[in-house]
Amino acid sequence: MRFGVVIFPGSNCDHDVIYVLNEVMEQDVVELWHKDADLKKSDAVILPGGFSYGDYLRAGAIARYSPIMEKIIEFAKRGGFVLGICNGFQILCEAGLLPGALLHNNHQKFVCKNIYIVPDNNATPLTSMLDKNKPLKIPIAHKEGRYYAPNDDLMTMRQNHQILFRYCDKNGEISEAVNPNGSVENIAGVCNAAKNVFGMMPHPERAADDELGITDGRIIFESLIRAVKDKRISTSN
Amino acid sequence: MKFIAEINVMPLKNLLDPQGKAVTKSMTNIGFHEISNVRIGKHITLEIEAESKEQAMEKVNEACNKILANPIMEGYEYTVRQA
Repeated sequence: MRFGVVIFPGSNCDHDVIYVLNEVMEQDVVELWHKDADLKKSDAVILPGGFSYGDYLRAGAIARYSPIMEKIIEFAKRGGFVLGICNGFQILCEAGLLPGALLHNNHQKFVCKNIYIVPDNNATPLTSMLDKNKPLKIPIAHKEGRYYAPNDDLMTMRQNHQILFRYCDKNGEISEAVNPNGSVENIAGVCNAAKNVFGMMPHPERAADDELGITDGRIIFESLIRAVKDKRISTSN
Repeated sequence: MKFIAEINVMPLKNLLDPQGKAVTKSMTNIGFHEISNVRIGKHITLEIEAESKEQAMEKVNEACNKILANPIMEGYEYTVRQA
C-alpha cells in the first residue's frame, strides 16, 4: 500500500504529510514531482498545502495544469482516492474534481490558528472513523479559504452528503461566530459525488504527532488508510 | 498578425469582495464620501498571434475560460486590437 504526495513548486506542507504518513502512520510514501506524469503505483494521492506557483492568478489555478494533474484526474475518475489539504483543496476545486471554489477570507487576513471542525458525513472513506458528536481540534493556515459554491451546487452537495466538515466550537456548535473565514454554511471540507476525492482547508498533518501536543488529525489519516486497505482487498479479489 | 488583448476579470457581483470592501471604507475615512462600492479585480494584457481579429478573440475567450478566470467566482470581458 503506497501513498503518493505531490510536490509542486511552492508546496510547503509536503514533508509534513510525508513525515506523518511515513513515521507516524508507518506507511510507504512516494514523492510525486509536479512535472512527472506517473503516479508511481500510488494507491492514494495527497496534494499538500503551500503556495503552488506563488498562488499567482488564483490559488491553485496554475498547479491545476501541471503534468501530474492529468494523471491525477484520470486516477480520480477511475475511483482512486485523492485528498487535497489547503492549497491541495484549492487545486482540486480549480481542476473541477471538487465542486465550488475557495475565495479570499471575508476579513482579508491570513488566518493561522487552531479551530474545531465536526464531520457532517462520517460515512466516507476519509471520515469513517470519526464521531459526528466529537469535534476535532485542527489548525488552519490560509488566506483563500472561504468556501463558496452556487446555491444549486450546494443543494446537490447536501443531497449527496458531500459536505465533509463544518467549522464549529469546542462543543460542536456550528455558528457564524466560529466561522474563521466566511465559508458558506461553515464548510471546511467537501468531497465529490463518488466519494473518492476529498478536500479540506484544515491541516490534519499538523495535528498528528504527539510531540506537537495536538493529535486530532491522526484519525483522518487512519480512516483513509483503512479505506485504501479495504479497497486493495476488494480489488484483488 | 499580432494582436493585443486587454482583459478585465472581476469578482462576481453577488460575491463579497473583501478587498473592495476594505478600500471602500478607507475612501470614507480619507474624505471621499461620494465614493462607494469599490470592487477590485484584475487587469490582464497579453499579445497573441492570429490570422484575424475574430480568431484572436476566440483564443482569448478560450484562455479566459480555461485559466484566466474562474467562472464560479469571476466574470470577465476583453477587447482585442491589432498590435
